Amino acid sequence: MSGVRWSLWVLAAFAALLGLFALQLSRPKDDTVPSTMVGKTIPAFDLPAATAQNPGLSSADLTNGQPHLLNVFASWCVPCAAEAPQLAELQREGAPLVGVAVRDQADDLAAFYQQYGDPFSRVGADKVSQLQFLIGSSGVPEIYVVDGHGVIRHQHIGMVRPEDIPDLLSRLKGARG
Amino acid sequence: MTAGFKPKHQRLVLVVLALVAILAAGALAAWALKNQASYFYIPSQIVANPPDPDRGVRLGGMVKAGSLKTAADGITMHFVVDDGKAQVPVTFAGIAPDLFKEGSGVVAEGHMMKDGTFVADNLLAKHDENYVPRELQDMSKQQARQTVAETR
Amino acid sequence: MIAEFGLAALWLAAALAALQLIAAVLGQRKGGETLALLVRPAAVAQALLCGLAFLMLLWVFARTDLSVLLVAENSNAQSPLIFKIAGAWGNHEGSMLLWVTIMAAAGGLIALIERRLPERTMSATLGAQAFVTFGFYTFILFASNPFNRLASAPQGGGLNPLLQDPGLAFHPPTLYCGYVGLSIAFSFAVGALLTRQVTPEFARVMRPWILGAWIFLTIGITAGSYWSYYELGWGGWWFWDPVENASLMPWLAATALFHSVSVLASRDALRTWTIMLGVVAFSMSMIGTFLVRSGILTSVHAFAVDPTRGMFILVLLAINIGGALALFAVRAGTIAEGERFSALSREGALVINNVTLSAVLGIVLLGTLYPLVTEAFGVRVSVGPPYFNPVSAIFVFPMLVVLAVGPLLRWRGDRLARIKTPAIAVAAVGLAALLALWLIAGIAFLELLGLTLAAVVAVAAFLPLRGRSLKRLPLPVWGMCVAHFGIAVALFGMSVDSAFTVETLTAASVGQTIDVGPWKVRLDAVEPVAGPNWTALSGRLSASYHGGAEHELTPMSRTFWAPPQTTSESALLTRWNGQLYTVIGEGTPDGRWQLRLWWKPFVTCIWLGGFLIALGGFLALVGRVSVDVRRRVATRKIAARRAEMAAV
Repeated sequence: MSGVRWSLWVLAAFAALLGLFALQLSRPKDDTVPSTMVGKTIPAFDLPAATAQNPGLSSADLTNGQPHLLNVFASWCVPCAAEAPQLAELQREGAPLVGVAVRDQADDLAAFYQQYGDPFSRVGADKVSQLQFLIGSSGVPEIYVVDGHGVIRHQHIGMVRPEDIPDLLSRLKGARG
Repeated sequence: MTAGFKPKHQRLVLVVLALVAILAAGALAAWALKNQASYFYIPSQIVANPPDPDRGVRLGGMVKAGSLKTAADGITMHFVVDDGKAQVPVTFAGIAPDLFKEGSGVVAEGHMMKDGTFVADNLLAKHDENYVPRELQDMSKQQARQTVAETR
Repeated sequence: MIAEFGLAALWLAAALAALQLIAAVLGQRKGGETLALLVRPAAVAQALLCGLAFLMLLWVFARTDLSVLLVAENSNAQSPLIFKIAGAWGNHEGSMLLWVTIMAAAGGLIALIERRLPERTMSATLGAQAFVTFGFYTFILFASNPFNRLASAPQGGGLNPLLQDPGLAFHPPTLYCGYVGLSIAFSFAVGALLTRQVTPEFARVMRPWILGAWIFLTIGITAGSYWSYYELGWGGWWFWDPVENASLMPWLAATALFHSVSVLASRDALRTWTIMLGVVAFSMSMIGTFLVRSGILTSVHAFAVDPTRGMFILVLLAINIGGALALFAVRAGTIAEGERFSALSREGALVINNVTLSAVLGIVLLGTLYPLVTEAFGVRVSVGPPYFNPVSAIFVFPMLVVLAVGPLLRWRGDRLARIKTPAIAVAAVGLAALLALWLIAGIAFLELLGLTLAAVVAVAAFLPLRGRSLKRLPLPVWGMCVAHFGIAVALFGMSVDSAFTVETLTAASVGQTIDVGPWKVRLDAVEPVAGPNWTALSGRLSASYHGGAEHELTPMSRTFWAPPQTTSESALLTRWNGQLYTVIGEGTPDGRWQLRLWWKPFVTCIWLGGFLIALGGFLALVGRVSVDVRRRVATRKIAARRAEMAAV
């Protein structure tokens, strides 16, 4: 009957809708803004120490022939706390980690280290997001692979997950060669 | 008028009416979507292929450092949106969103004028700088709106 | 311990849902009657256990038990208690638990009190409810467990600053009651299809549940609209945001549904259509929730999608909705055609109501999905008011004309001559309003039409009371009049706001006076203010209406610390005839302050109308339920007397 026929149309429309949903689910949107600085030399900067615990960070520290992992983070950022075990793992693997604390307070940062550990050799305080914008970072956390000449080789947007560790380590190795 | 139709025909009248209304709704929606949806441009696209001035579009990019100027009236702003390849001058009158500043990303909703300036009716800047993994993300009404504000 | 206890209760509830489903399925067979007896107790026990699990979640949030992952991520020990508790559903896992709790509670309630339908239909209905609920239990237990423990306890992240709003804390539960309440209509529709029992009695049983869910949706949408109006500081009250559309679509379907259900209940017509709407209404709830929760529409943080979770819900959608639609396709043909009616009749008018509401639903759905469709082809678009407003108005306005005369028509068939007098009166009101507005105000077409129709509907809403004794009028008729009048009030507010709002945007120095419509607003000072977890710059404004007494307003620009974020707090001044809306922005280099001021005449009518619509629904619900209760008491008395007689 006609009732059956139009219900089949509804069913077909619903199936199409499901297909669309599945398609969109299977290829997640990548709306993150990649830095235009990848492949370029990091601009000159000199940030004061964020806490008494670590010395500050300047562009000279990143051009000493050693590749580095530069982590852009903040104590007020929840995913930054969540990636702490992965950063500790990177440190155990011998990756030289330096940090930039964005719009942060020394007390908060000290408490953050207390709770989640401090894998960084140097941490610069970026009170007004100056360096963050210079290197094209649009949020926290982000981690950059910088080679021994201060050239940004790779940008990782968002929290470091356990499955990202091998990739970061191999890119770091690549930056060495 | 009712007396002229048998009940069966009356039913047919309603069914036909419903079908016509649904089909009209579909056709109308398709036509209006084609004409009223606001497309997303980046500066190099909008310079290469500028849309009609009467068409609402969105322009996304970075606010070029050193380009932000406030006019004498205190509320009109002029700045340049940049995507590394092309630059578009933008005019906006109003209260800018919280995290709007030079060097930050912005999405401007508005119209592309014939003279090559973009007149924005609304600015959307990033609200929350936290990259929250999606499984932690709360999609309450307000946050979802923020999310919209962040991307588009 | 509390968290483990909650988890155990949830597992047990899931097991009971499975038991309920199996008992219902096996109970459908011949000789399964004893097994079917298990269905109702299982539903009630399942509701209690699930409620217990939800209470346990509230408990861990109230105590800020940071060893629970969800609490650690979403709560903060410093928040006031009310926000701590609200944090329980202000996140994905907790809100899914709230969702399934409401669903289980609704199922338990019908199992407990609904005895009018044939027992076989009833157990099929409860089986369907168990099926849907069981799907959501598996989702929660396997992909979205709210009770997960954390290895080491961190400090909480803090609710988003904008979320620290008591109105918002209770907004999601209200909407959820509406969304999930519609699952009852879905289950009744499936139960009726399975047992081929599409009767007026079935419609009467289903009606109060639909009304209840619809009232919650109406309140939720109205409150949400007011919230975004004063909180976002943009002066608008509806943005056609996907999240708003997700709540509007089930509302449209539910509105159509309870109109068609009333046709089925009174006249035994529109059988298949009502069943279809029952399926569609809850499907819209699920699709809308999926759209906003899976993040496929509004995603920024593109990495770390949990594809399993999105796919899980998608599979649930496919099974629930696809299954119901397939069942409909198979069974719809076997449902006998209902009573016939003439096109010019109450039924005819309600059919037009249903068709136009469905058309608007389709328009909103297409507009919401369009960005997804184009994105599949690599084009990014957004769809906003320029599409939604005019296109939906094309269907809403004719529907309002029908709304004005429909309630005057008789069931089954009517003659135009009979309703000539009131119809002409309504038309005269409309024409007079149109002419007056056109000559005096000179406003745009859509607003002109909106105001005219508001006048027409306002008068027509009370015409059904004509010639009837007001004392003996049943409550549902009052409900209808109030709700229809509410539509007129809301439409009036929307049209006036859109046509007569005055906006001033300026940078003012301290001491300067600014004109906004009839108001003179003076900026007296800008002062720093400190709150519990924010600092603010607060503007002190003195506003006087037509030179009358001065009122003080203090719009603020607040800065929060953790996480750092700035929000603007608008300040509103409400008069009987409108609102003064003020927002303060940043300071300019030369020491002035950005101010944005609106005079919005009669804007409050929008939400007043919304609450009148909900009140109308409430009156109808009370009327229906009290009739049912009275009837039940009467049958029981008769049965008791018969038993007495038999004993004698």
